[in-house]
Amino acid sequence: MSKMSYSIPIGPIHPALKEPVMFEFEIEGERIVGVDFKVGHVHRGIEWIGTQKNPLQILPIAERICGICNISHPIAFCMATEEAAGIEVPERAQYIRTITAELERIHSHMLWAGVAAHEIGFDSVLYLTWRVREKVLDLIEYLTGNRITKAMFTVGGVRRDITEEQYPKIREALNYYKEMFNKLKHVFLDDKTVRMRSRNCGVLTKKEALELCAVGPTARASGVKKDVRVDHAYAAYGDLDIKTVTPDAVTGEAKGDVYDRIIVRLLEVAQSVDIIEQCIDNMPSGDLVTEPKPAKLLALLRKAVGEGVGRAEAPRGEVIHYVKLTGEEHPYTWKVRAPTYNNLMPWIPMLMGEQIADIPIVAASTDPCMSCTNRVTVVKKGRVDILDHEHLHKLSVEKTRRLMQ
Amino acid sequence: MSKKLLTPEELVKDLKQAFKSKIKDAKIERRAVGVKKKERTALWLKADKESLHDIVKHLKNYDYPHLAVVSGNDLGKTIELIYHFTVYYGNPLQEILINISVELPKEKPVIPTITDIIPGALVTEREKQEMLGVKIEGIPDGRRIFLPDDFPEDVYPWRKDEKGPQKMVRDLYEVKK
Repeated sequence: MSKMSYSIPIGPIHPALKEPVMFEFEIEGERIVGVDFKVGHVHRGIEWIGTQKNPLQILPIAERICGICNISHPIAFCMATEEAAGIEVPERAQYIRTITAELERIHSHMLWAGVAAHEIGFDSVLYLTWRVREKVLDLIEYLTGNRITKAMFTVGGVRRDITEEQYPKIREALNYYKEMFNKLKHVFLDDKTVRMRSRNCGVLTKKEALELCAVGPTARASGVKKDVRVDHAYAAYGDLDIKTVTPDAVTGEAKGDVYDRIIVRLLEVAQSVDIIEQCIDNMPSGDLVTEPKPAKLLALLRKAVGEGVGRAEAPRGEVIHYVKLTGEEHPYTWKVRAPTYNNLMPWIPMLMGEQIADIPIVAASTDPCMSCTNRVTVVKKGRVDILDHEHLHKLSVEKTRRLMQ
Repeated sequence: MSKKLLTPEELVKDLKQAFKSKIKDAKIERRAVGVKKKERTALWLKADKESLHDIVKHLKNYDYPHLAVVSGNDLGKTIELIYHFTVYYGNPLQEILINISVELPKEKPVIPTITDIIPGALVTEREKQEMLGVKIEGIPDGRRIFLPDDFPEDVYPWRKDEKGPQKMVRDLYEVKK
């Protein structure tokens, strides 16, 4: 530690995030020279709770691991359990799983876009993106009966059908997003100020992304072509024509900065619209579940012995669940790994050398909802000043205003 | 990528050639999905704990191994750690998930760190130390990560023996008024 540096702890209260994060920054003047983090403030012991329940009771818990990834976690858990017990999923159920997963991606990326705009002081764009997001939430409610926790999955299939009478409403919403895409692209990618705040900011090189095991849009923005949907097909993704999205499709080169992460997420919204269209065009007929009677399904799972891994591409990256069944009522082991877990370490190279005012946008760029930073304590020569989230946000907004002049 | 991609069978053969009896059990699992029944592949290996470090190093010959996570089981007399790697990502449907399982005796649950090969393994190694009570040798940062600082020292939440969290659990219906 040099003589001039002081440390700023940030966090740990982030109500929107599964794992609140406590950052400790080493600051020299305005520049960040050291980053440390502490996680686990709301470690709820979910994996342990799961080993006290039967697989069907775990489903609602898996759905509540994350408020936004409430499709990715149950789908990964179902796949791990199906693999362990040797259950095949009907084709139609696989297509319905894919459609719901992509709807989740659209709403999550739109939510993120709004948060990112808010972090750099563009609240009008926040209102625009969140209004646009309402359309997909309405569609999710129409298809599944709920905006957020959808309870769509069961081991061996899905619980609700998507019928042909529902197609017109799906197509209408998809067309809406197609129309809005160019507008959003213009707002985010052509705007001079957004570019100034996000270009060459929070850079994660390809080498760092590989070494630190980054996943999802964070890895893809750095040029690492890693997407479970393309590489390791699950549900209906093996049948579809999809390509891994990397920012060089637009700019010719993947720099791995915040701007590239915006590009990846925007293009993925367009990709999701395309995937849902492909799914409803080719929807196979057939059953929704392998075993519709829960008691019979549970009896089957009680006898099963084996282990399985379920991997799904959540909006933030790869979700992986490991399940071990030993022929008992409850799974022997359940391990959950959410994408932010792997995107913790990449924060360090991203934040190094940046300014304090860049903390909100860089930290938010991996999509962990750092916008909810509640409290900052500045410790300087024994004197403690408490800065709140508003102050940190104000610093960020002021930087944008300075750049605009 | 310029390198030729090995099929799962070739990969197992190559690994067995390099490590001989250190790899005890190798199983290739394929699962077909969707209407077109395209397959995804997973490898399940059982390896010697001494050779894990070398195996991970060897994986680099194929591709930069992406470590998803390390999961673990308390198997009674031993603790099993399962390292979930992926190689050949970026190639549609050709990615191979490699699950390497190692067993550590409970009397001496020690395994060398792999953070010198994959620095990103740090978070998951720290988690295994506090959740299963294994000792990762040479870990650059051995602090706790998810458990609070006031959590008892010798309780490991994923253990199923006397070091497990059972005695910390209180059922609400058993509490006297």
